[in-house]
Amino acid sequence: MKITNEIILSHGLKIDEYSKIKTLLNRDPNFLELGIFSAMWNEHCSYKSSKIHLKKLPVKNKYVIQGPGENAGVIDIGDDDAIVFKIESHNHPSFIEPYQGAATGVGGILRDVFTMGARPIALLNSIHFGSPENTKTKSLLNGVVSGISGYGNCIGIPTIAGETKFNRTYNENILVNAMAVGLANKNKIFYSKAKGTNKSVVYVGSKTGRDGIHGASMASEEFDENSEEKKPTVQVGDPFTEKLLMEACLELMKENSIISIQDMGAAGLTSSSVEMAHKGNLGIELNLDKVPCREENMSPYEMMLSESQERMLLIIEDGKEESAKKIFEKWDLEFVVIGKTTQTNNLVLKFKNEVVASIPIDALSSKAPLYDRKWNKKKVSSKKVDLKNLESIKFDEAFLKIVSSANHSNKKWVTEQYDQMVMGDTVERSGTDAAIVRIHNKDKAIAVTVDSSANYCKSNPKTGGKQVVCESWRNLIAVGAKPIAITNCLNFGNPENPEIMGEFAENILGMKEACEFLNYPVVSGNVSFYNGTNKKNIFPTPVIGGVGLIKNLKRIQNHRFKKIDSQIIVIGKTFGHLGQSVFLEELYSLQDGPSPEVNLTNEKNNGEIILKLITSGAINSVHDISSGGIILSLAEMSLSSGIGVKISKPNKISNIFEYFFGEDQSRYILEIDKKNYPKVEKILKDNGIYFQKIGITQNNLFELDKHLKISVKELYDINNKWYNSYNGFVS
Amino acid sequence: MNSAVIVFPGSNCDRDIASALTKLQFKNKMVWHKDTELPKSDLIVIPGGFSYGDYLRSGAIAAKSNILKEVIKSAKSGSIVLGICNGFQILIETGLLSGALLRNKNLKFISKDVNLKVVNNNNKFCSKYKKDNIISLNIAHNEGNYFTNKDHLKELEDNELIPFKYCNSKGVISNESNPNGSLNNIAGILNREKNILGMMPHPERMIDDLVSNTDGIDLFSSILN
Repeated sequence: MKITNEIILSHGLKIDEYSKIKTLLNRDPNFLELGIFSAMWNEHCSYKSSKIHLKKLPVKNKYVIQGPGENAGVIDIGDDDAIVFKIESHNHPSFIEPYQGAATGVGGILRDVFTMGARPIALLNSIHFGSPENTKTKSLLNGVVSGISGYGNCIGIPTIAGETKFNRTYNENILVNAMAVGLANKNKIFYSKAKGTNKSVVYVGSKTGRDGIHGASMASEEFDENSEEKKPTVQVGDPFTEKLLMEACLELMKENSIISIQDMGAAGLTSSSVEMAHKGNLGIELNLDKVPCREENMSPYEMMLSESQERMLLIIEDGKEESAKKIFEKWDLEFVVIGKTTQTNNLVLKFKNEVVASIPIDALSSKAPLYDRKWNKKKVSSKKVDLKNLESIKFDEAFLKIVSSANHSNKKWVTEQYDQMVMGDTVERSGTDAAIVRIHNKDKAIAVTVDSSANYCKSNPKTGGKQVVCESWRNLIAVGAKPIAITNCLNFGNPENPEIMGEFAENILGMKEACEFLNYPVVSGNVSFYNGTNKKNIFPTPVIGGVGLIKNLKRIQNHRFKKIDSQIIVIGKTFGHLGQSVFLEELYSLQDGPSPEVNLTNEKNNGEIILKLITSGAINSVHDISSGGIILSLAEMSLSSGIGVKISKPNKISNIFEYFFGEDQSRYILEIDKKNYPKVEKILKDNGIYFQKIGITQNNLFELDKHLKISVKELYDINNKWYNSYNGFVS
Repeated sequence: MNSAVIVFPGSNCDRDIASALTKLQFKNKMVWHKDTELPKSDLIVIPGGFSYGDYLRSGAIAAKSNILKEVIKSAKSGSIVLGICNGFQILIETGLLSGALLRNKNLKFISKDVNLKVVNNNNKFCSKYKKDNIISLNIAHNEGNYFTNKDHLKELEDNELIPFKYCNSKGVISNESNPNGSLNNIAGILNREKNILGMMPHPERMIDDLVSNTDGIDLFSSILN
């Protein structure tokens, strides 16, 4: 077949990239080779636009065992225990086919974690939909949530935390990010780097079908009106097979048989084989006649580019093939030696006794294109929001409108579709600042959270990048965990647009600053560009997955009020920042003003004191103050406990809307037993921590001076309406 | 006391129940579905999960497995058998328990803590509970909507073969407190001889205050008794 410009472009490659391929090969590639290049050189697999920026992020602290570049990041949590975790996007497939897109997103991220020798212990997700009024939103919401639920519940890993958000920016491009967290023995971590020549390359798992061909390339393009036609590029998941694959891999990992292991994710057999060979500085030769196929007459092109799910590639020690095979047979899975490692540094593919492709490994990996794309600095608004210019509204009306809104309603409709309790170690489930999973049979736990703040990042990508890292850190602190490290999923628009590339570059700089200051490095992650349709890009939406360590299970904390007549205080300064706030968004449909700044010194000091107070056992409950400000945080504390509040605005601050809806950063609400209050006050003062007393807890009434008075029960009902009425089901 | 937990491909509560049984002083053994012999055990547990991916129909394929032939034999000779969630579905498919478990009435997977009333404690699984106790256990299923014919329902009610019914926190058994649409709010049933219990809620998830509560413990201590 002659390779025309049309064929090149339909593979998502640029004409100059094709010229580079010819130079690297010293000849024209054949059609199969072109497909392989397109699979490896697309944005999703090559990180060609993001790499130079990602290098700026800190990737190490004393807990980090493995940073970015492997299947997942690894941190040390003591006693030979390691936590393996990563977040990944499955945005494009989920928009085209929500159930399978979301399900295989979960499946893919789980494989990344158990590939490294870890048993997954928790799943999280961050899902973003268009505005609820958008005609597609309801079916996408239902499909995605069922997909996540269907996969995670079946494989039996608890889905314990996440966020579900609505914003018109995602009308034509939703976000589905899934995170998995696993537990491994730190001396038994498995990597993808191949070692030794002439070792058996083994294919395990499901058979290869024609699904998902060019999936990774699809994820590297913008959508247009023809995107529906891409349905066949979406993979179909089978959580049952993945469960078997997981058990078989974990069983095999107990023996010393595996040299290296890599899951077949994006770009399937191509990227897994190239990755292993590249890391080991070796060549790899595959005999495609041996690849287990689900369909008849599959071509080498289809086999190499299929993204069929639930498959792995292993390199096995000499002489261990038979014992390894027995384990996979026990689990009724394929186990076929399909090739070997070589000295040639080439990817060589044989089919029907012919060499059908031969490509230097480095041409597919280290010599892939790398772009320093043009980027523009964002013009940031500094205009303070002036309430005088807005139509006046009563405080209680404003508050109830937010509490009953899609974004701030109770999310039980979503979370009750997820099995949160399987594995028996879920200490805190969804709905808290961070979820907590106990390390089985041990007196310690990890806390996990996923966070994003697209509005802040849109208005000021750098401040937003800083803020979202801090928010993650704060959420872990609030449950009594020491924040250790993060994984990030960077969802952005088209990087070929200098404005979008600018959002990315500046966002990374903000993240870097916060990660460095808080000693909270990035150990794994994923970049998803081209989120947009017909040149309309989504808001920059980095999602941060944070992991923290709790060493003493007696000293965990949550945000539920514990008793009446306790003191309520706000830690951190409240200036009344309404720019980019929930208040403006929900009540006036405005995304106006600057994003809130973060003072990293205050962030760190406030957080460290909170952790100290939690450890001392002196406080009853803690909640971080985030979107919606003080009043929404208080509402969440009341709604989760049934206990009310009686609060007032401290005198100095003039405007009640600014004080209670303002989104200044680095703040927490504490509930303190009156008998403990003097002790806590002293600690705060001794450490120069700014705080304000705002009121007390009381029985069943949510009350703010003369502005707001409602029973917690009534508030609960208002907060619990939206999802059921939207989805047309009353339980 | 010896216990045996049957493991199918796709079981996913097998480790949880084994962990609970060990904690509560059972000597437990895991039994692979391809095995043709049961170890000597006083309690056989069929755990929750998605045996064989729930393909065909929940529990249908597992009910035809090698080991189930042995379980059926043993159950018919009086062994104590407990099926939880998918285990309950499997027991129904074997015919050891009668009725059917349909899709939840809202057609969605439901995972939450529910209140249950111990409506009958006159059996080996519930003797440690007081009659009319209200306990809270976790449910997590797609198909837990119990259905049976009128005669069988009458038999269940008349012969104290329903140990647990879904209720609200005050013990009221009503439509509002029925999470999945089960007939008469049934959460679990016994066979006529009362040596086999199938239930949708997960007692093994409720043995630890840190994680949830300890309302599941009495079920296991009743068996130990």
